[in-house]
Amino acid sequence: MISQLETAPHPETLRRVAIEPISRVEGHGKVTLLLDEDDHVRQARLHIVEFRGFEKFVQGRPFWEIPVMVQRLCGICPVSHHLAASKAMDQIVGVDHLTPTAEKLRRLMHYGQILQSHALHFFHLSSPDLLFGFDSDVAKRNIVGVAAEYPDIARQGVLLRKFGQEVIRITAGKRVHGTSAIPGGVNKNISKEERDFLLKDIYQIIGWSRDAVHLAARLFQQNLDLYNSFGRFRAHSLSLIRADGAMDLYHGGLRARDMDGRTLFDHVDYGHYRDHLGEQVKSWSYMKFPFFRDMGPDTGWYRVGPLARVTQCDFIPTPFADHERRDFLAFERGKPDGGAAGATLGYHWARMIEMLHAAELIKELLHDDDLLGADLVVTGERRERGIGVIEAPRGTLIHDYQVDDDDLVMTANLIVSTTHNNQAMNEAIRQVARQHLDGRKLTEGLLNHIEVAVRAFDPCLSCATHALGKMPLEVELLDAEGSRLDAVTRDLQGFC
Amino acid sequence: MTDNTFLLDGEEIPFQPGQTVIQAALAAGGYIPHLCYHPEFKPHGSCKVCTVKVNGRTAASCTLPAQAGLEVESDTDEINDLRRTLVQMLFAEGNHFCPSCEKSGNCTLQALGYDLGVMTAGFRHFFPDRPVDASHPDILLDFNRCILCELCVRASCEVDDKCVFALSGRGLGKHLVVNAESGLLADTDIALTDKAMEVCPVGVILKKRVGFAQPIGQRRYDPEPISAQALRDAPRPPAGAGHCAACEVEE
Repeated sequence: MISQLETAPHPETLRRVAIEPISRVEGHGKVTLLLDEDDHVRQARLHIVEFRGFEKFVQGRPFWEIPVMVQRLCGICPVSHHLAASKAMDQIVGVDHLTPTAEKLRRLMHYGQILQSHALHFFHLSSPDLLFGFDSDVAKRNIVGVAAEYPDIARQGVLLRKFGQEVIRITAGKRVHGTSAIPGGVNKNISKEERDFLLKDIYQIIGWSRDAVHLAARLFQQNLDLYNSFGRFRAHSLSLIRADGAMDLYHGGLRARDMDGRTLFDHVDYGHYRDHLGEQVKSWSYMKFPFFRDMGPDTGWYRVGPLARVTQCDFIPTPFADHERRDFLAFERGKPDGGAAGATLGYHWARMIEMLHAAELIKELLHDDDLLGADLVVTGERRERGIGVIEAPRGTLIHDYQVDDDDLVMTANLIVSTTHNNQAMNEAIRQVARQHLDGRKLTEGLLNHIEVAVRAFDPCLSCATHALGKMPLEVELLDAEGSRLDAVTRDLQGFC
Repeated sequence: MTDNTFLLDGEEIPFQPGQTVIQAALAAGGYIPHLCYHPEFKPHGSCKVCTVKVNGRTAASCTLPAQAGLEVESDTDEINDLRRTLVQMLFAEGNHFCPSCEKSGNCTLQALGYDLGVMTAGFRHFFPDRPVDASHPDILLDFNRCILCELCVRASCEVDDKCVFALSGRGLGKHLVVNAESGLLADTDIALTDKAMEVCPVGVILKKRVGFAQPIGQRRYDPEPISAQALRDAPRPPAGAGHCAACEVEE
């Protein structure tokens, strides 16, 4: 950990460079760098500058509204919030086990979400950096440039995402912000025609997902030194895990391992998450910094998401994805500071393995007649507290509610996936700042290295969507007195 | 033109003596947008969405008696602009968060907004502070969405004979209240089977613990717009000797 780069001793003597907003990520954030007179980086911070406030304004609302209301946190993975809140509300209505039809429909929706979100991130947001190079011509470093130079890859990315969205539409009622998960179950099944509609394409989707894993692996292997070392840091990790140790993105117990792979806790009932996870607040970011309570905030921070899940599970319960997981873990294992499993850019490879896993699971479910069942909802005895946890595309997502006797929400605590990765992302940009920017004259390409490190985590900095890497970006170079020495501006068309 | 017809946008509309312009128009297949008008209750004339222009002057068609020879303008840019503005004002005045409202898809205000082409609230939102009344074990009152149509007031008094609801205050301060000393719904004799439970055109009076059980696509206004449904559902005198209670007019 290079904590000395979090806060420089005498910031007033340093000049400030801001990357604001960071492009090709979900939501709005910025990175600030403080440099001394010799261009050495003295401070690097990832700031989340938006404030959503959902925890506050769900207070006083009836509990049955919550799964539909909180999904408005996000337009990219609303299904994750919809399902995490629904799992919490299952407990509020006293339900521990859904009907097979209800659970499988929810899982199908979730796997559609994983598929479309991972495809969006890899192909639309990150492939321009990975295919063209981090400091390649900025005019073509976007999905339009990918479509021009690698039309098959771009087309597959678009169609993979489209398929995931169709799974969501059919299970949730709409492509974005559906309503089908309700406390105690779901409000609809799917028809035979809808199932056959998805079955028609699923084998092609699995094939393309395998190609995507191999593409991510090839990119890593072709640029081995860079990918291995880029923004690399050692970290603990956290994810849900099935009772038999398998990867399970919908449900399971909490598993945490330290940076040496030793188990910190395992199969913990997520209802007790507060016993193990704490949250720290820092004055310079609206995003909290979670940590393992036993270790404290300074050393107890951790990684979540595809890299944590693929490396922590004992196996992936679908054959193609598990084969890829083994290849991924074996790659460069044993070499000092080697191995994709510990590399920041290993996230992309792991993410594609999960996309393949989701596609295989969708295929399995589409052959299950329970999806057509009519037993949709169960009821139980009302409870006061409901906690729902799910593995969202970006990592572990925690929803925690208390509901009063009049059925209104009293308190809500949401720890979203990107929040868990807050310190890890800060570590990554500090490493990259030191590795690639320190002592050099800043250029757009060099600054994009910082963004490449942030993008590896696929952060959802809030919930906004934006246009294909064409976010307006202004980088200012200020002297110690705050006077502007130089500036680079990218306009709405994405040109400098 | 005969003695028992008037013109609606140039079309001849027959009427029975005692009918209002909107009753005769809907029965004859002529749609006039409306919100607080309900065929089962006495006309109220408060929301003004059914405003038409008659012989050059504006009037609420739900309270205007049909008369022979009237020349009624309804489906014109001028009148529809006025209606759109009225609906926008209702959206701006309350807290209408359709995305998480259980009534979405079944809501008359929302359906009317879509049908009139309301794209924004058009005015700065008031964002009033209106706490919900969740005191009743089975019924939730969410005042945020009230448009003061008084349908629940009318239904509770005229049909249920309970008078659970009333409007209080004047002008901007006007609001829906519960007829109980405590002001809480739990202290009234309202029941889930009351007529007042089913007439709310928006999401104020809701059965508790029922949220989004009806999927998207199966909600009332999902298959066709409110204008088509209003015409299809309009009470009409039967062709034979049957009885149409909703067609009866006051003498």
